[in-house]
Amino acid sequence: MRKGRLLSVYALAYLVFLYAPIILLPLFAFNSSSIIAFPLKGFTTDWFSELRTIEALHAAVWTSLFIAVVTAVFSTLLGICAARAGTRHNFPGKGGILGMIMLPIVLPEIIVAVSLIVVIIQFFGFGLTRWAVIAAHVLICTPFCVAILNSSFGNLDASLEEAAIDLGESRFSSFRLITLPLVAPGLIACFLISFTISLDEFIIAFFLTGTEPTLPVYIWSLLRFPQRLPVVMALGTILVALSILLLILAEYFRRRGLKRTGKEDHGGFL
Amino acid sequence: MTDRAIIELRDVEKRYGSVQALTGITLDIREGEFFSLLGPSGCGKTTLLRTIAGFEDLSSGRLQIDGQDMDGVAANRRPTNMVFQSYAIFPHLSVAQNVGFGLRRKPGTKAEKATAVENALEMVGLGGYGGRAAHALSGGQRQRVALARALILKPKVLLLDEPLSALDKKLREQMQVELMRLQRHVGITFILVTHDQEEALIMSDRIAVMFDGEIAQLDSPERLYKRPNSRRVADFIGVMNFLDGQVLGQDGERISLDVAGLGRVDVSPDQVAGAPRTGPVAVGIRPEAMTLLFDGETTRRQVIEGEISEVVYFGDMTHYQVTLPGTPAPVTLSMGNAVDRQVLPAGTKARIAWDPRSLTVFPAN
Repeated sequence: MRKGRLLSVYALAYLVFLYAPIILLPLFAFNSSSIIAFPLKGFTTDWFSELRTIEALHAAVWTSLFIAVVTAVFSTLLGICAARAGTRHNFPGKGGILGMIMLPIVLPEIIVAVSLIVVIIQFFGFGLTRWAVIAAHVLICTPFCVAILNSSFGNLDASLEEAAIDLGESRFSSFRLITLPLVAPGLIACFLISFTISLDEFIIAFFLTGTEPTLPVYIWSLLRFPQRLPVVMALGTILVALSILLLILAEYFRRRGLKRTGKEDHGGFL
Repeated sequence: MTDRAIIELRDVEKRYGSVQALTGITLDIREGEFFSLLGPSGCGKTTLLRTIAGFEDLSSGRLQIDGQDMDGVAANRRPTNMVFQSYAIFPHLSVAQNVGFGLRRKPGTKAEKATAVENALEMVGLGGYGGRAAHALSGGQRQRVALARALILKPKVLLLDEPLSALDKKLREQMQVELMRLQRHVGITFILVTHDQEEALIMSDRIAVMFDGEIAQLDSPERLYKRPNSRRVADFIGVMNFLDGQVLGQDGERISLDVAGLGRVDVSPDQVAGAPRTGPVAVGIRPEAMTLLFDGETTRRQVIEGEISEVVYFGDMTHYQVTLPGTPAPVTLSMGNAVDRQVLPAGTKARIAWDPRSLTVFPAN
């Protein structure tokens, strides 16, 4: 009994520690004082209206969204190729090659950022555009996609595709008709995770952003102006709300996918 | 069944790197027959099936299906269909969509295809199941769907990769009978891969026993059981007791042997499976070829004395371990149980009747 009480206190403390700072975001986003401090003064939605007027912010949001979507598409595609090769085929040097693909997960981002600057500017002679950021983000997102899709493809009975071929379909059409629908939940998860990683990635974007800052880089630049802080809080509130929405959406698709194939539910996002 | 070969394999070899999976497979499979590839796991039987299906290339040799060379013909263009060991039912499709999957690229109207699907389901006893989700089916139902899905395309040959191994015993026995009935009904050549010798004996017209990538014996179930051509085949098919023997000599057509526990025996040449005509041999006798004689029972067959050392009761029959004089290991003997026949306890001295015609002579070890 006592042990149970201790455990629930621990669990509660854990949750407070995790989420209390995030709850402060909306609190100060609706606070009418421009100074971030207690006691709260009054309720206002001015900070949100102000968001609408900042052109640079809008540009940053669009840049970030563009980079995140393109990154998610490419990472998921590359993830499909790598995971399928890894789970279905044997080739010389397979372990090493797959290991190299996974390596960026543990590579410090600052190293990636600096070396990419050198490569892009010195070696290729390109300027720093949003495509540079996309290339770097694909590099760090792909390993996550491979990890997710490895389990999606690994759980799939290899004879399903063979059965489709046996029934007259080509290799490609059996992949499209059988494998793709069955790994769709994994694909959605890949897309959302890559999207999220790319959207809030700071270090690489900071180094590789030329004249078009991404949202995190733009927010960082706002922090130098204390009077802008409440606006950042408002922006943060919107981002948190969107993240939660995204998570619910991802979980909805995951559960629907499971239900359609009649598999048992083993955890998930929510 | 006709004598026409629907599948002809000539010197088929398959190598994976340095591993030789199939060696010198030369085989004709007849139109309309129920053919089994039987062997322990790793013997190459599944590789051979997958070679016929087109999922594996030949390293060398020739494969013809219905008179057409299959070199360069991909799996989706071959007149074969397969029932996979896992059934490979598409879990995201309905039963009807699964069964109708192969019709996607075939000509015909939607209504015609729907009728074909319903007929195929009817044929495997799943009429009216079309609307069900495939993942909600039981193991036996999945197998029927897999059968319907393959047979709806009217293949020249149906390939079955251990289709019954995932089912429990009762259902397996039921499906064995149904598969035979279905095969006779559709008249399509069935090639079954199995490691279960009983299953192969029950269902097949002919069986190829495979060891280490080679065909060890190709025969009807009865010939295979009665006259195995090697000790290994004899050991794999059913139970065989082996006794040490010595060839004494040949007198015209008869070969004289001295067999441990049985004494002097004459056998005919067709009972000798590749054994030398002189020196030591191994003599095989099936458990049911020996009969316990109960009190006062007489027989025109030969009789020896032995002692029962162990009794295993199966309900419909009893297996006795019997020690014969002059043999180191006991032999297994099986007796059907009957109303007026009690089960004898271990330690009983018993008389055993046997017949020289039931012996098979193999090379010693």
